[in-house]
Amino acid sequence: MFDLYGYGFSILEGAWLTLQVGLLSLALSVALGMLGALAKLSRSRMARLAASFYTTLIRGIPDLVLMLLLFYGGQVLVNAMAQAVGYEGYIDVDPFVAGVLTIGFIFGAYMTETFRGAILAVPSGQLEAGYAYGMSRGLAFRRILLPQMIRHALPGFGNNWLVLLKATALVSIIGLDDMVRKAYLAAGATHQPFTFYLAVALVFLAFTTLSVILLRWAERRYSLGFEQEIKP
Amino acid sequence: MNFGIILDNLNLYWQGLLLTVQLTVLSLGLGLGLAIPLSIVANSGNGLARGLVFGYSYFFRGTPLLVQIYLIYFGTGQFEGIRDSILWPALSQAYWCALIAFALNTGAYTTEILRGAIKSTPRGEIEAARAVGMSTAMMYRRIILPSAFRRALPAYGNEMIFMLQGTSLASVITLVDLTGAARIVNSRYYSPYEAFITAGLLYMALTFTIVMLVKWLERHWFAYLRPREG
Repeated sequence: MFDLYGYGFSILEGAWLTLQVGLLSLALSVALGMLGALAKLSRSRMARLAASFYTTLIRGIPDLVLMLLLFYGGQVLVNAMAQAVGYEGYIDVDPFVAGVLTIGFIFGAYMTETFRGAILAVPSGQLEAGYAYGMSRGLAFRRILLPQMIRHALPGFGNNWLVLLKATALVSIIGLDDMVRKAYLAAGATHQPFTFYLAVALVFLAFTTLSVILLRWAERRYSLGFEQEIKP
Repeated sequence: MNFGIILDNLNLYWQGLLLTVQLTVLSLGLGLGLAIPLSIVANSGNGLARGLVFGYSYFFRGTPLLVQIYLIYFGTGQFEGIRDSILWPALSQAYWCALIAFALNTGAYTTEILRGAIKSTPRGEIEAARAVGMSTAMMYRRIILPSAFRRALPAYGNEMIFMLQGTSLASVITLVDLTGAARIVNSRYYSPYEAFITAGLLYMALTFTIVMLVKWLERHWFAYLRPREG
């Protein structure tokens, strides 16, 4: 049953790649989201404008269109640049890199909104107290803002991660051998498409369920010392 | 960049836009039609029915839409019983498979949104409805659902936008929607920027149309339910 006509291992390999794409783009999206949130709250008009442009653009366009634009467009751009510096051959854009960059870039916009809300949820008196002790902006951010905003950011962050994980399925369209594409290949060879796509769906369900459990634990962990919801 | 090729293919984009809008509207309509009874069941006392609704919603919310489309488009053909059934004329066509997958997907998310909204109906509203002698059906129709819709509208607006953008996956199973049109133009002229930026701008226009629509709905339909200010 778990052998899946000999393709079980291949699907598991794909699942590992899916996880890699997911975690790497998560890291990128967190970095971009933090940058975006700080830009949105910054005093510079230009930074605020750029961050708003970024989030509006991303939320208005489907993931698939952005991914195709970055994959095919990146291909053209890279080759044009290579030719400009005198390179004769043809460069193929790696679908893994294109996938991670696109998904990270897209979810950076969603993380921006999550982090912005979380930063605003930390009472400003906390930061002022930090500055009053003579902390630099960087130190106050690290010691005061960051530990306190995590509690407010976790629910939104969790949602974004669940959506991001499912969005990784799109990398199969640009030719990356993730779990979905492995299932596509196995289905073509065995004529058992339902079996393989169901297997992939169940692996995704397992990832989702595990994530939800971990996130619940983290939320409890970061809410220690705060009033818990009282059940009536 | 040469946007002249877009002008030459304006008709292709127009047809794609129409299909995108059609798929979005139909799947949202079907999904909402599915979600209203299911969200009522999800708040009912029947444990088995509640479990079934939860299972459906959990599966479709926990797996990628792309995999759901593949399951329905490629997967159903695996079973002889389905191939011989009266459903096969529909299930062998990409259009119907996409529509079924989209409707089931948005139905699952909408069920969850409405379930939460119904659950948070203020007790007083239900007690008042009971006190004037309403039957359960009438109470749902006149009191609970309208008030739940109001609370669900912001989340449902987001779901509408997700569904609009989700329809771009129809292009993966050969349908020529807006994304499909862009993919054809890209492969014909090898001009990814023109092709996909045009599609992206049109999607943005559609997204903002939905945002405006939701704002308008909030202001007009549900003005009397608006939270009191101050």
